[in-house]
Amino acid sequence: MVSGKGGTGKTSLAASISVLAPDSVLADCDVDAADLYLVFDPRRLDSEEFSGGSKAAVIPDLCTGCGRCVEVCRFDAFTRQGSEPPVVDQTFCEGCGVCRLACPADAIDFSPSLDGWVYRSATRRGPMVHAELALGRENSGKLVSLVRKRAAQWAGRKELDLVVIDGSPGIGCPVIASLTGVDLALMLAEPSVSGVHDLQRLLSLSSRLGVESAVAVNRWDISPEMTGRIEDMARETGAEFLGRIRYDDRVTEAIVARKAPVEHFGEGAAEDMRQVWRRAESLLRRQG
Amino acid sequence: MTIKLALASGKGGTGKTTLATGLAAVAAMRGLDAVYVDCDVEEPNGHLFLHPEMEHSREVQVPVPRVDEEACTLCGRCGEVCQFGAITALPNTVATFPELCHGCGGCTMACPEGAITEVGRAVGTVEHGRAEVPGGSLSFVHGVLNVGEAMAPPVIDAVLEEAPPSQLMVVDSPPGTACPMIAALRGSDYVVLVTEPTPFGLSDLKLAAETVEQMRLPFGTVINRAGMGDDSVDRWCEERGIEVLARIPFRRRLAEAYSRGELLPAASPEMRGWMDRMLDGILARREGAAR
Repeated sequence: MVSGKGGTGKTSLAASISVLAPDSVLADCDVDAADLYLVFDPRRLDSEEFSGGSKAAVIPDLCTGCGRCVEVCRFDAFTRQGSEPPVVDQTFCEGCGVCRLACPADAIDFSPSLDGWVYRSATRRGPMVHAELALGRENSGKLVSLVRKRAAQWAGRKELDLVVIDGSPGIGCPVIASLTGVDLALMLAEPSVSGVHDLQRLLSLSSRLGVESAVAVNRWDISPEMTGRIEDMARETGAEFLGRIRYDDRVTEAIVARKAPVEHFGEGAAEDMRQVWRRAESLLRRQG
Repeated sequence: MTIKLALASGKGGTGKTTLATGLAAVAAMRGLDAVYVDCDVEEPNGHLFLHPEMEHSREVQVPVPRVDEEACTLCGRCGEVCQFGAITALPNTVATFPELCHGCGGCTMACPEGAITEVGRAVGTVEHGRAEVPGGSLSFVHGVLNVGEAMAPPVIDAVLEEAPPSQLMVVDSPPGTACPMIAALRGSDYVVLVTEPTPFGLSDLKLAAETVEQMRLPFGTVINRAGMGDDSVDRWCEERGIEVLARIPFRRRLAEAYSRGELLPAASPEMRGWMDRMLDGILARREGAAR
């Protein structure tokens, strides 16, 4: 599940699909705004530390104050006051290690950083793999790949044939990590000029990655005109159109009640979500 | 002196672009020298609302290694120092993977033969122009990441460099709390975290607030679509002493105008009022801080 644009309702639909397809592992790959835990109240079975690389730190006792590290760092991660040893701002350290290469006094510590945790959890809907990024840490693409790997392994052991991945907005590193090698990219679009524009870029990314795409529109009745444009765009790019989900206040009410929309109510948008999943499922079955 | 005001949010789709384009436009309508800077280079949308006339465009390049095969002794030092797997010595040649390269210059520095030089690789485009709004005009800058590129920060840095000096710079940040958001917010004078009153909105607001606190940037929040979910965002902001700059109610008519690409302060006097009050609050806050 991806969307290009943020806030189209991916997580609500992913939660619903994971309930409609209980024989699956749910993977929350929107690792820098992971929200599925709010719906499914997961009980952690185990946790694993994640390191996306190393970070630099100046060892003050060894530092001669030559300033070479400050000069070579291309990410402006060093700040320096007077003749004090420079200090690394961890938020901006890219983890490249160039400062360590350049330091004549061997005064740079460069060790693997703890960047987050991956959890395997039990929930009322079934198995779920999710993650937490340590504050201000990155490398979300690598963390997404690890979440996907653990979800696939778990599905294999339990003989489940589906992994439902909730991806992040955008088309950059975490989205590429979420989409690479999937059987179907389900794109949830918003019927607006922004939604149309962003879907176009996402469709061109999935086609570059050689991934089959299918499109659904959320809150379609806010703009029947833009919904029509999205349907046309899907048709032109060879993506299957899975359906329209209507605007429904009960979707927000479900999330406030910590439920997937299809668990909370029966008709309206919940019925539309069922329809979208039925069509996506038959696409996946056709692929074998 | 430029005031750099950034609109950000942990969660996507909370209304960052609506508010950023709206605030920049309202500043221009009031005669301020303003620039709107779209740093959401993965999915830039500001141009759909401001319809700028572009005057200037340039390619954004990142440095990647080029190996002189004649000078290379296949010692493998470049592959040892690269933290990103972007260069590696094979038995007969050195392989580079430019899309994995972070452009740190480590391999060039480490090569004992001086066999590595850096060449530019295009990853996106920065465009610069002007947009007309009723009763004024403003500068417009945005960046577009090439489809298939993983790393947005170099394009974001280029967008910020391109922004002309102005009285007010309004930065539209990418969603999330990862490197693209941090690149966009760096050096901001004030950050507005846009959120919505739902459990997802609150959870993502907490992450975004922690991130801007770690960056030591002053911030407040705007609760968009107020009245839709629950009051947990309000309660959390109150407990934490975080200023709520505005609570903008959900109006279906405004959602429809937004979907057609209308600039909201021009389309709705009510919206113009919200934006005016927010801008007053932010400018007053800055003046207070300067004194």
